[in-house]
Amino acid sequence: MSSGLTRDRVLEAYRTILLARALDDRRFLLNRAGNLAFIVSPRGHEVAQVAAISALQPGRDRFCLYYRDFAAALACGFSAQEMMLSAFARASDPSSGGRQTPGNFGSRRRGVIIGSSTVGPQIPKAAGVGLALKWRGEGGLCFVSFGEGATSQGDFHEGLNFAAIHDCPVIFFCENNHWAISVPQPLQVAGPGVAERAAGYGIPGLRVAGDDFFEVHAAVSEAARRARAGEGPTLIEASVYRLQSHSTDDDQRAYRAAEELAAEALKDPIPRLRADLIRRGWLTAEADEGLIRAVSEEVERAAEHAELAPDPDPSTLKRHVYADA
Amino acid sequence: MVQAIRDALAEEMERDERVCVLGEDVGLKGGVFKATEGLQARFGRRRVLDTPLAESSIAAVAQGLALEGYRPVAEMQFADYTFPAFNQIVNEIAKVRYRSNGDFSCPLVIRAPTGGGVRGALYHSQSVEAYYCHVPGLKVVLPSTAADAKGLLKAAIRDPDPVIFLEPKKLYRAERAEVPSGEDGLIALGRATVARSGAGVTVITYGFMRSVSQEAAVLLQREGIEVELIDLRTLRPWDVETCERSVRKTGRVAVVYEANRTGGFGAEVAAELGERCFADLDAPLMRIASPDVPSMPFNLVLEHSFMLDSEKVATGLRKLARY
Repeated sequence: MSSGLTRDRVLEAYRTILLARALDDRRFLLNRAGNLAFIVSPRGHEVAQVAAISALQPGRDRFCLYYRDFAAALACGFSAQEMMLSAFARASDPSSGGRQTPGNFGSRRRGVIIGSSTVGPQIPKAAGVGLALKWRGEGGLCFVSFGEGATSQGDFHEGLNFAAIHDCPVIFFCENNHWAISVPQPLQVAGPGVAERAAGYGIPGLRVAGDDFFEVHAAVSEAARRARAGEGPTLIEASVYRLQSHSTDDDQRAYRAAEELAAEALKDPIPRLRADLIRRGWLTAEADEGLIRAVSEEVERAAEHAELAPDPDPSTLKRHVYADA
Repeated sequence: MVQAIRDALAEEMERDERVCVLGEDVGLKGGVFKATEGLQARFGRRRVLDTPLAESSIAAVAQGLALEGYRPVAEMQFADYTFPAFNQIVNEIAKVRYRSNGDFSCPLVIRAPTGGGVRGALYHSQSVEAYYCHVPGLKVVLPSTAADAKGLLKAAIRDPDPVIFLEPKKLYRAERAEVPSGEDGLIALGRATVARSGAGVTVITYGFMRSVSQEAAVLLQREGIEVELIDLRTLRPWDVETCERSVRKTGRVAVVYEANRTGGFGAEVAAELGERCFADLDAPLMRIASPDVPSMPFNLVLEHSFMLDSEKVATGLRKLARY
């Protein structure tokens, strides 16, 4: 078992995973009903995301998340209500006050550095944040995540190269779901995978099963130990499945075989984690039902609150372009 | 001017330990134009950091440092080479404050030598200011004298928002002048200076074109045409009030800029003044700019053919005065 993992902490992570799934399901329905403009689903990524964040220290560490990191953001401390406020682009959306599409998470007090919607720029940015944390010398680290599509960007190389040269305390976390919208991994990534690229920078690179909570947690814990000890960055490739289309504006049934989608649906990581927890004696079927019920009520309350929350005032359009305006 | 820039960096690093310098060749070599010479020996390898040859990550790392409370000054070796960092500058750095609804800010300076006239050819001569002036969230500075370069760079480093600081490389070693030291020399961003007073025609310019326009003004004075010369110094935000006052006085205005004509920053100046001062104008707004070719050729004859000089500017101004 990896360091620092107690039954309570794992169950807390499991609840976050259930909450992410329930919120996402609700968002999807609201989108199809015409109430939400646009959603990027984390479906299939939730276990990997929450396992990674639960190995770190929100508040002390920094997080450069990408647009599919919905469950990771919850693990960093965003509430269900806040996630719904950003889905509805309300004035009280904590990340951007309704300015950005949901998924561009940001919160200074939580150490979540505001994201954007272009692919990969957070990777070298995280190297810079890591450099600052190294200079400060308080043992903080920067976690940065991205899909395998982002590894095709020059910024991926530039970020890893810089961080490796300067031993920056950075964890590069690739959530490889093998599809960048409709382009499959063989047309995206030359060679066996992303993890192997670490060798070119002289840093550790490893591939983990993204549906195995404990394996992901152990890998990120070791990367965090290295970072805090001044040993530099680590590249982790978590293999996951994209159980939903790229976004609500995409339909993967148009370009992926029905048999393949059906087979992947059976690899949902949540039932696997549930079975594991029950086998360990940490969870009972009754307790699980209770959790699901509680989570579902929380989602309901969050959706109702966000639906009624006010939009940003049009007079605020020009605020925060510069400091003095 | 290059000495003034070096002094500004040193004074700000001395004043505020959060200020640091990064870029290609800025450390050991002291920069290809020597703008950071001696800084690494004085402030150490951490605060004067040689980076890999990769502009996107120079901008991105500077952003990461700024987000964590440092005050980075990144050097891009040539303005032409800022384009690999364009996404970081335009999509990331410029939008940090806006897209986080004010939760984050990104105070940093990106310095780059700009413009031509030094046999730099297509890729060491470009005038890039219009690209960045188009971006809300950025400030853009383009000084023309050593004292302005120093005072404005110090202000840019202290500014709470990201500043693109473009230095006309033609002027790096052109001027010998006394430059004020310390706080006396600080120059607020966004204020133009009236470099020469006159009631005949208004010339609005910036960068290397200030001295070219100045020479043209001397030529025209002998012909009885008085030129009022305004140096914008900061292009975003630009000092429209100072320009407006002058245009109301002269009724004739030319905007002189080194970049190619179409979509140049001078076009914005002309459009704004056209809206504000239409009733005061005695002649159409004039742009005097470089031709619309991709960039400045290497061959000296072609370089001269591309560049504006005092004769070309004077020819335009005569036409304006006679209209």
